[in-house]
Amino acid sequence: MSIILIIEQVLNGLQFGVMLFLMAAGLTLIFGVMGLINLAHGSLYMIGAFAAAVIAGLTGSFILAIIAAMAAAAIVGALVEMVVIRKLYGSDHLDQVLATFALILIFSEGTRWAFGSFPLFLDIPNYLSGPVTLPGGIKYPLYRLILIGVGLFVAAGLGILISKTRIGIQIRAGENDREMIAALGVDISKLYTIIFALGAALAGLAGALVGAIQSVQVGMGEPVLILAFVVIVIGGIGSIKGALIGALLVGLTDTLGGIFLPELLKLFMDTSTAQTSGSALASMAIYILMGVVLIWRPTGLFGARA
Amino acid sequence: MHMIDPILATYNLKKSFGALTATDDVSIALFPGEIHAIIGPNGAGKSTLISQICGGIQPDSGRVELLGHNITQTNVSMRARAGIGRTFQVSALAMEDTVLQNVLLGALGGSGTPWHFFRPALKDWRLRDKAMTALIHVGLQAHAATRASELSHGQRRQLEVAVTLTLEPKVFVMDEPMAGLGAEGSKNLTELLDNLREKAPILLVEHDMDAVFKLADRISVLVYGHIIATGTVDEIRSSKVVREAYLGDGV
Amino acid sequence: MIRESYLNALVLFLLLAVPVWATIIDEPFTITLATRAVIFALAAVGLNIALGLGGLVSLGHAVFFGIGGYAMGILAHHAQTYTPVMSLPFLIEGTKSMPVIWLVAMASSGLAAFAIGTLSLRTTGVYFIMITLAFGQMFYFFTISWPTYGGEDGLSVYVRNEFPGLNTLVPIHFFAICFIILCLVLLLNALIAKSPFGLALNAARQMPKRVQAVGLNPNRLKLLAFVISGVIAGLAGALFADLNRFVSPTMFSWQMSGEIMVFVILGGVGRLCGPVVGAVVFVMLEHFLGGLSEYWHVYLGALLLIVVLFARGGLVGLIVGRVDAHD
Repeated sequence: MSIILIIEQVLNGLQFGVMLFLMAAGLTLIFGVMGLINLAHGSLYMIGAFAAAVIAGLTGSFILAIIAAMAAAAIVGALVEMVVIRKLYGSDHLDQVLATFALILIFSEGTRWAFGSFPLFLDIPNYLSGPVTLPGGIKYPLYRLILIGVGLFVAAGLGILISKTRIGIQIRAGENDREMIAALGVDISKLYTIIFALGAALAGLAGALVGAIQSVQVGMGEPVLILAFVVIVIGGIGSIKGALIGALLVGLTDTLGGIFLPELLKLFMDTSTAQTSGSALASMAIYILMGVVLIWRPTGLFGARA
Repeated sequence: MHMIDPILATYNLKKSFGALTATDDVSIALFPGEIHAIIGPNGAGKSTLISQICGGIQPDSGRVELLGHNITQTNVSMRARAGIGRTFQVSALAMEDTVLQNVLLGALGGSGTPWHFFRPALKDWRLRDKAMTALIHVGLQAHAATRASELSHGQRRQLEVAVTLTLEPKVFVMDEPMAGLGAEGSKNLTELLDNLREKAPILLVEHDMDAVFKLADRISVLVYGHIIATGTVDEIRSSKVVREAYLGDGV
Repeated sequence: MIRESYLNALVLFLLLAVPVWATIIDEPFTITLATRAVIFALAAVGLNIALGLGGLVSLGHAVFFGIGGYAMGILAHHAQTYTPVMSLPFLIEGTKSMPVIWLVAMASSGLAAFAIGTLSLRTTGVYFIMITLAFGQMFYFFTISWPTYGGEDGLSVYVRNEFPGLNTLVPIHFFAICFIILCLVLLLNALIAKSPFGLALNAARQMPKRVQAVGLNPNRLKLLAFVISGVIAGLAGALFADLNRFVSPTMFSWQMSGEIMVFVILGGVGRLCGPVVGAVVFVMLEHFLGGLSEYWHVYLGALLLIVVLFARGGLVGLIVGRVDAHD
């Protein structure tokens, strides 16, 4: 196995990881501040991807498509927050799970009704496609490099937002003590709507960016959502830093596991058996990672200690 | 001073949270038949001490002994089975369940095994007798079929005591049982606790000084995690150290 | 308002009467629908033991449903191809006998529930929900990527498995098997709820520190509830596979977990027949709304939202009001 292949796979893992981060960041903020578990976050990812595909089809502009994805997801997110989610903040998690599960059904079937069951396609624009040559002579797709860049840029931006800005201070205050920020005269419901819309916009961005390398279809959001849950469990609920590290761990484990586990097993068994059991094991690798973290730290790597 | 062995004792308990020393070399003893009150200002480390005695928090060093056995390494439920019966500062009851069901839970814990699946708990007369006896003892027998959530605050405190009674504990550890009670409720509970010491000695953490002075055989004063004085009611009342550190302002 | 026990009797009576009537007028499809409802109800009753009594919001019960399904699929597959399940270190043959399949299904889903429960119960609240959901996804992807038993395509079983003394190919016979199992499990559920174990479990859901303070271990109580719950869901999975004569990874999907939870909540959490009502209503909606519109899930979603936001306590709660404080 060549060093070039390994570097390529590490980059693929990073790219997968930062896209998971975009999903996990919104989820973990929403849970950390509002105490809400939102299963419908995957629907916002899907909405972003569809909005991007539609706008790209109409205008031909990828940049406009990305902006539309974030705007559409943010608007739908804000609306959903005001109409439904707001009633669930005081409820127990069971009600939140059910209500947001209901939202998934509505969004998924609504989208299927509007766009049909066939996937839409969102193309990478010419100026972003094709490989670039990295130091050491490795050729790697430009678009995927850009995804890594966008993900890290968002991570840095969120870090600054939380630690340096006014709204970040309010968010941190909200995580610690809801009554206190009300006492400080912050309009809580507005703050919650903004946080929800921000999380939604990040999910929409991820949906559009990933939609360009995969297909845009109904149901695309939920597998990513569940992986984002794994990320949060590993990183610790409410922690942006935990979400980033968890996302990179999951991305790398999943990608590298799929390549190396079959190779590793080939040392012990014949090639075809190793291939099948290796890929079956690889499909479980991130969950095994999650289990190990749980045994070690039940509240995640950066979660508050119980 | 005492020729008999203590039922419950701590030896040099220490616990820090970062730079804060919550429990500083605390050695206290509880002898048969006595009520030993622990008093101290807010933030003195009373809750942390109780948790270490009941098993919720592990001390950094020192040990806890019950009937001469070192129980420092055991957890909450093991200590409960060993004979520590505790009541909580904020009533910890199954609020959706009836008074009787709450007491039955205690009887069930005391009996050692909840692993019966087919016989209704309410028809197990051995458990039920034990539960009713405890309810009669605290005067709640008329409310057996009431939901815990519908009880008054004072009745919930009585129910806490009843649940603990069914465990037939070797010691009672009570965390501010008078908290939130009015004058009448406080008087009733004081009477109840006064009679309870015949069953088992009581380690009583309490803010209500009237109740403490009425009930306690001995008092220990905890300030900043440290026991500054232990003695009889009169000794504590007249102690200069205590007055300066604690009683001086407020009482 | 009527008493809950009358409602339970009425629900079970109707659930029995409809397929009997369908047999008389020769409408086998209705019997199949009723059987589907009974099997879903069984899975949901299983979940209700963990959720209603133990307060464990498991979004991964499809794992046990799927394991039960694959226990049936694998054993029957080997029986119909005359190959052993394994030959080393000792020989295990496939089988077409339902009771044997059920035992295997229950044992393996119980084992899985023990392992998943032990890990997941290290956490509480929203972590627990996410972790059970994630474990469900793990089994889903594992079955997809494991080609021996059909991978993504699943496994077909050509003839329904056998039960001594009955002809399982006759729809009402198979219905009867499922219905009797459901009634037995409901009886078990009712006994457990009133037993010392149920009392302690119920308290562990509401106030774990009280349970500890009386010398019991709340997590051990919850783990056992989770295992019992998983065993029942596994049995339901085996029956579901036999109803369809087909198993596939979708039995492990997160949507399946979500639907089992929907049955419980639509009917009423913690109510004995809540899951039964929920499953029956779901199958009826699926049949009638599904006949009207391809996109019936939109209506299901709207109905669920209404139940969560406005009818807490589910349909049973709407009909009979809140639980009595019984002596």
